[in-house]
Amino acid sequence: MNPVIFYTIISLVGIGIIAAIVLYFVSKKFYVQEDSRINAVEQVLPNTNCGGCGQPGCHAFAQAVVKAGDLSSLHCPVGGNDVMKQVAEILGVKAVEKDPYIAVVRCSGSFEYRKKTNVYDGADSCKVAAYLYSGDTGCAYGCLGMGDCVQVCDFEAMYMDEKTGLPVVIEDKCTACNACVKECPKGILELWPKGKKNQRVYIACLNEEKGSTARKECAVACSGCSKCFEACRYDAITMANSLAHIDPEKCKLCMECVDTCDVHNIITANVTPEKIQAANEQRLKREERARKKKEEEKLAAKQQGDEHTEQA
Amino acid sequence: MSTQNKLKTFNIGGVHPDDHKISARIPITTLPLPKTVIIPVAQHIGTPATIVVQRGDSVKVGQVLAKHQGFVSSNIHSSVSGRVGIIEEVMDSSGFKHTAISIKVKGDDWEETIDRSDNLVEDISLEGKEIVTRIMEAGVVGMGGAAFPSHVKLSVPEGKHVDYLLINGVECEPYLTSDHRIMLEKPREIIVGIKILMKALGVKNAIIGIEDNKRDAVENFSDLLQHETGIEVQPLEVQYPQGGEKQLIQALLNREVPSGGLPSDVGVIVHNVGTTFAIYEAVQKNKPLVERVVTVTGKSVKQPGNFLVRIGTPVIDVLIAAGGVPEDTGKIVSGGPMMGKAIADLDVPVAKGTSGILLIPKAEALRAEIYNCLHCGKCIEACPMGLEPYHLLLMTKKGNYDKAKHEHIMDCIECGSCSFVCPSNRPILDYIRLGKTEIRKPKKA
Repeated sequence: MNPVIFYTIISLVGIGIIAAIVLYFVSKKFYVQEDSRINAVEQVLPNTNCGGCGQPGCHAFAQAVVKAGDLSSLHCPVGGNDVMKQVAEILGVKAVEKDPYIAVVRCSGSFEYRKKTNVYDGADSCKVAAYLYSGDTGCAYGCLGMGDCVQVCDFEAMYMDEKTGLPVVIEDKCTACNACVKECPKGILELWPKGKKNQRVYIACLNEEKGSTARKECAVACSGCSKCFEACRYDAITMANSLAHIDPEKCKLCMECVDTCDVHNIITANVTPEKIQAANEQRLKREERARKKKEEEKLAAKQQGDEHTEQA
Repeated sequence: MSTQNKLKTFNIGGVHPDDHKISARIPITTLPLPKTVIIPVAQHIGTPATIVVQRGDSVKVGQVLAKHQGFVSSNIHSSVSGRVGIIEEVMDSSGFKHTAISIKVKGDDWEETIDRSDNLVEDISLEGKEIVTRIMEAGVVGMGGAAFPSHVKLSVPEGKHVDYLLINGVECEPYLTSDHRIMLEKPREIIVGIKILMKALGVKNAIIGIEDNKRDAVENFSDLLQHETGIEVQPLEVQYPQGGEKQLIQALLNREVPSGGLPSDVGVIVHNVGTTFAIYEAVQKNKPLVERVVTVTGKSVKQPGNFLVRIGTPVIDVLIAAGGVPEDTGKIVSGGPMMGKAIADLDVPVAKGTSGILLIPKAEALRAEIYNCLHCGKCIEACPMGLEPYHLLLMTKKGNYDKAKHEHIMDCIECGSCSFVCPSNRPILDYIRLGKTEIRKPKKA
């Protein structure tokens, strides 16, 4: 063998052995004691490092839960209750169940309903457009349609619908990590409880203009007509700035409001048309009863009034 | 002064766009009164003014419609006489809806206290403090485009010594000629305005900086200033963005405003010529800022010109005076081509800061295809503030605003030189502006 190669191999192997010995002792001497549970917790987490929990990543979340020792304030939205149960087992604490959430798109102003009033030609980003002006349609509250939310989604749970120009959330893939909600400069996306049997109902409009102005800007804008507000039996719908809003905490998913909207902008998910129809019929019946009752009362009051006058 | 000598200019960055001063030789004409005006209450930087009139009120020209709110704010006056109509949120040239007062024009009835004659009033009877108050009451703001309330600039904080007043007649934006025309048509008034400013600030020296493509204005001023002491006129090499406050200070006095600082930190106050003229009118004639000169220009505009327009006149009325909107118009810009902002609606009103309306033909209006960054460094060479624009773009695109702030993104004057020179047509300034907006936002708790 060529002596050069021979000595090279010998010396490199020698250096390797010396380095290995040094590293062995150094690693023993400077070993960092870390709670073994941190590693265990990290193993069960989804390890997507999405930041949906509010921590900078899954390792940081594991550290935080181990340090905190209870699960009341920390929750992994991506893993959901299953993962949190496992985490609770590792820590030996009680699991806290949280209802799963999903992102919903609170704008229905597709190309069809919301006519363009000008052409945007700036950088291809909703954020840039949003600070520049109020948008390329009349509506200053609606979706800008450049898909910053799709870009930021780590789970491929969103896409831009080319026909409508609005983002679509894929229900099975959305993990409610909150990334799109934070990204949207118009606040169109919102985390919404996934609901019983995955059923949800929400109003897909954020336009706070007066009704007539809003409708001019977008054919399906909420005009603040209050029909849904009046139909709701559970005080789940509130009216503010000529805009109706459903409070998901109070909503009992009775679906009676859905058909009151004259522009059909109360959006439901996983609800059969039959259920909506049934709910609507029930509402109409109830309203009819209320009307009759009112009429009877009126009549009674009138009769009473007549009696009074006769007596007088 | 001799033209052989190298002219002064600022020494970092700068670009040379074609100047296209189409309307430079067209005298200022008064625009006929519009039928209605829409007067936004926030035409200036700072707090919007509070409305003091109600729907149905009769107002005269020069009557206060909205009072300034706090120090960094400005009064808003009625620019026409007539009846106050609906007060609601309307789109203005910022691209957003803001509260505005609409007035139905009836006659042209001015407040009696306003001197409307053309007589030159040279004696300055008011004292320093009174001048500042008068300017504040008259609602004068910087008319170069930024619309910063002028009285704020004149109230130099204690402990700072100002020794120079600079008058900005640079008008480095291509196409715009409103300042040029004012300098040619109202030079004596501007000189009195300068004296007023010098008296208010207590400074002995003033320099009018004018780019060399307006030789007639330079010569005009040097003739008039022969017997004046303390005021001089200085021609400058044509280079964009010389009209930037910091660039002008560097060009004329070779002083550098520190990062995050104000011109008063280096003993200088800068005012635009248009503002100086408005200050003359406010102080000597008691005339509030109710009209301004607006350049309407563009390659295919039929009758480009410089119009004296009442504040609040809808842009469409001004465009009709200039021969209508040509068919090939692709974009209508409020301001110049470099820093101006496209307007999304022709009903937006002319505001105090609207120096021009530019109609860009379709062929030039749209942006070219964007390519990847070549790291050629042209934007760094062009940046007059010595920043690294391509780097700032990447940082803001990634949402790394803290790093961008550390790299002095807030020093950007938004002149657009970086986007102008970029061979890959990257939207550099768009993102830098985004970064600045995000940094200015109050942090969420």
